[in-house]
Parts: sequence; structure tokens; C-alpha cells
Amino acid sequence: MKLTEEQVRYVANLANLALSEVEVSHFSTELSQILEHVDKLNELDTENVEPMAQVLFDVEDTATMRADVPGPTLPNEVALANAPLSGASHFKVPLVIEK
Amino acid sequence: MNVSTLTIAETRRMLLAKEVSATELATEALAFAQTENPKTNAYLHFSPERAMEAARAVDAKIAAGVEPGALAGVPVAVKDVIVTKGLRTTCASRLLENFVPPYDATAVERLEAAGGVIVGKTNCDEFAMGSSNENSAYGPVRNPVALDRVPGGSSGGSAAVVAQGTAVISLGSDTGGSIRQPASFCGVVGITPTYGRVSRYGLVAFASSLDHIGPFARNVEDAATLLEVMAGRDENDATSAFAPVASYGEAMQQPVKGMKVGLPREYFAGLASETGDLIAAAVERLKALGCEIVDITLPHTDYAIGTYYIICTAEASSNLARYDGARYTSRSPNSTTLDDMYRNTRGEGFGAECKRRIMLGTYVLSAGYYDAYYRKAQKVRKLITQDFLNAFAQVDAIVAPVSPFPAFKLGEKMSDPLEMYLSDIYTITGSLAGIPCMSVPAGNTSDGLPVGMQILTKHFDEAGMLRLARAFERG
Repeated sequence: MKLTEEQVRYVANLANLALSEVEVSHFSTELSQILEHVDKLNELDTENVEPMAQVLFDVEDTATMRADVPGPTLPNEVALANAPLSGASHFKVPLVIEK
Repeated sequence: MNVSTLTIAETRRMLLAKEVSATELATEALAFAQTENPKTNAYLHFSPERAMEAARAVDAKIAAGVEPGALAGVPVAVKDVIVTKGLRTTCASRLLENFVPPYDATAVERLEAAGGVIVGKTNCDEFAMGSSNENSAYGPVRNPVALDRVPGGSSGGSAAVVAQGTAVISLGSDTGGSIRQPASFCGVVGITPTYGRVSRYGLVAFASSLDHIGPFARNVEDAATLLEVMAGRDENDATSAFAPVASYGEAMQQPVKGMKVGLPREYFAGLASETGDLIAAAVERLKALGCEIVDITLPHTDYAIGTYYIICTAEASSNLARYDGARYTSRSPNSTTLDDMYRNTRGEGFGAECKRRIMLGTYVLSAGYYDAYYRKAQKVRKLITQDFLNAFAQVDAIVAPVSPFPAFKLGEKMSDPLEMYLSDIYTITGSLAGIPCMSVPAGNTSDGLPVGMQILTKHFDEAGMLRLARAFERG
């Protein structure tokens, strides 16, 4: 599986990742190599295999629904303390919609 | 007192005999760690205030005649991907340079409740992604055994501080080998417990179905003690296991005579090296201890790397989406629109390996590829796990190498990411299955480089794994 530079730009856009032209070129080569290795999985017939969606599903009782009771939460100012920009009890971001 | 060779038991003996106080020990341990750290860059930052507070609490308990806890006064280092309330947690990333978590990880809470004294946070690969600790935004860690070599990764700093003697024990995290491989490279003990055995609450998420917290120590007993303190169900991690925690100390007293130990032939084919010789010699030692050696097969081993790098990157691309410039300390100054804020913050903030994995993960989850990659990988993961379950129907434990080679030179493998990924082959399989695995020192190469032997047991059989490891260590 070869990943073209155009595909790399498309994926970077999905991932919200600004890449330089040099990075685009590197990732096209490197990701193609990795995907080529990954294609090896197609040697296996997995038609009747259940996907492993939960790690301990077969070995332990993973009934992990908890009672729907609110627990302690972080106070607003603590939750905002690591924000690069905040105010009026909210995270602040660049203007999205003009008035 | 020599901080660099202390054990948990010796610390306890000295404290209870009043040969030293916990505050004196913490002062000395911190001073020693700060003096020695420039050699390896294993610590990213120290926590003297927190350490002294914990030490004072231990002294108060001892003065009052109260049991001070299983880790009383023991200097501990914590990998900087595990959150500590009020203490910076950077994940070795520029993005979180100033991040101060508002809560403690459960593992941290438990080790402090047991009297452990956190002296600092350790370096690692950025967001725990890497096999050499060269992906840290704050510079690589040097292997204390050979300073021109890597300590392994991603928990390179946590392995190095224990090997260097600047902590007695430490916490690491393991997603595909990030505890066992650095333990092997640095010549210390490192344990990846069963998935869910130790709560992941407060472990900054990389790949949630593969992430584990586990201990490093200079001997099996200390690693087991730290594991026992951290293990057990935690309401704050829905995937943490209900299974009761065994007494590992008791388990390690049991004999290993008659234990059936499997050697997976897929792991030994092509291991014609000093590493192979050392593991073969280790197997002879197990035989001498009365273990029965059984040839076994794990037929899907060859598919593990591909499976792992689909699942872990897919999960990483989702988990790392939260670093968007709005919530976690860093925001690109070069952005006037919301979209630019996301893209530039992430583009400027993440290092090359994180970007590579985000890209791969986003690709395999993107429209039209989900079934071909992610779902396929989850199915193959099931086959790999089934291989282990079949094997454990015949044997009590599996023994294997940890890495195909000992610690390599700094910079030696950075240019070829695929080759770096392929070197994780022996550790990734156990991670995918979610079974307990550990690295225990098995001797040194002719160049003096440590080589670890890996022991794997069935889900929740940490007791059996530790029993074998302790007997092997005792010789």
C-alpha cells in the first residue's frame, strides 16, 4: 500500500496536524513502508474470528457498569487552570462566528 | 548508608531501628539524585517539597508506633506520563511543558499511602512512544551502564534511575514493551502486569487497550512489593480488574521444581547472537532448578507487529486529539482562526514520532479503511491471544528474550522507524494478549551490556511469574 503525498495531506487534515512539505514527503515514504509491512495481516483468513474489542472479555467478569451517582468533580477554576486562555468560567478560543 | 544500593527491606529495617529517619533519607536521596542526574538526564524534574512532606509523615508514624506502610521512606521515581497533583507532568512533550495536573493517579495515591517518597519525575519518549527514549522533547536519556547507549524506551528514565541508584524503585508504563525493554537494557527488573491489574486512572492515555502501569526495581522482591501496593480494583478505571490480588511475597517462597516452562520456537529462530546464548544459558539454569522445559508454538507471532501498530496508532490518534490548543497549556501563537489554532498547536507541539503515529492511526481509522485495518487487526489480536491461551493449557510459564539485541548506541536506529518498530517483536505479543510479563536480568554480553529474560504467564498469574523470577534470581 503506497501512500501518496496527496493522501498524506488529506490524512493530516483529518488529524488537524499542520505538516511542512518536508514532513509530507517523509511521511509518504515512511508510512508506505509501515503499511506494506502491515499488509502481511491479509495472509490470514479471519472471516470467522471475533474481533477482540475488550482485552479481558474471555478471562474475567468485566461487568463494569457503575451506579449512576454523581461523584465529586473538579471546581470550575481548577478545571480551567491549565488553559492557555480562559475567562468568564470558559476556555477561550479564537473567534469562530462574527457578530 | 549507600542510597544507590538500598532495597525496600533494608530501608524499613534502618527506619524501624532508628538508624536513620525518613527525612534524613529523603534529603540524602534527593541530593544524590540531583548530583548524579546530569550523567544520564533520567529525571526531568525533582519534587523535594512533596518528598519531604511524605518523609515527615513516615517519621511521625514511626514515632507514634504506627505501621508506616510497605514502602515506608522508600525513594520512588515516577514516569512523567503519570499525573501527580500540583507537580508538573510533561509527558516529555513540549505541548505539556507547563501542565500541572489537578489530581493524582491512583497508582501514585496508593504508593504514597504506603509510605513511598516521590523524589521526581522521569524522562521518557514523548507520550510514551518509542523504544529508545530518544523521542523526548527534553533530550535523550543515557544508559547508566554504558553512557553512549540508549536506556531503551519508552520508560528509559524510570529504568535508568533504578540502575543508576538515584531511586530505589520507580513507576513506568508499558504499551508494547516500554517497561520490559528498558529493564532489559539497563539490567533491572521490570514488570508489565495483567491488563487491568493496576488502575490506569491518571496514566496519560496513549493506547487505552494496551496501556499498563508497572514497577521497576533492582530485585524481584522489591518490584513485587511495589506491584502489590498498586494492584487491585479502582472505581475510577472501568477496565481495572476485580480479581483479588495475591500475596506475591508468599508466592515467591514456593518452589519451582516441576514447573512447566514453555519455549516458543518462533522466538528463538534467528536469535543467533549473544542475546540468544544468554537466554539459552538462562534456560539451563531453569532446568537446574527443576523446571521442565517444553517446546511450544505461538504460530501468529509474525503478525504481531502489524497488529500492534494498527491498534496502538488508531487508539493514539484518538487519545491525542485532546491536545487541541484550548485546554492543555500550549497554544500556537501563530493562529487567528480556530482551525489554525488546532493545526498549528499540534504541528508545532508534537515531535516526529507522535506525528507519525497520529498520521498512521488517523489513516487506518479513516473512511473506507476501518474494516481493512482496524477491524482486521482486532481479529488477529484475538488469534495472537488464543495462541497464548492454548500454550498455557500445556505450560505454567513461557520464557523468551525481551529484545533481539542489547542496548544500542544513541542515534544508531533513529533513521529507520520501521526497523525500530520491528525490534519490539518479543514484547508486543504479550501486550496484545494482556497477560503479565516481566524482564529479569539474565547476565551481560562480553561488552558488559545487560540482557533480560522475559517471563510470561496466564492472565492474573503474576504470582506464578514472580515465583519463577525470584527462583531464577536466587539461582
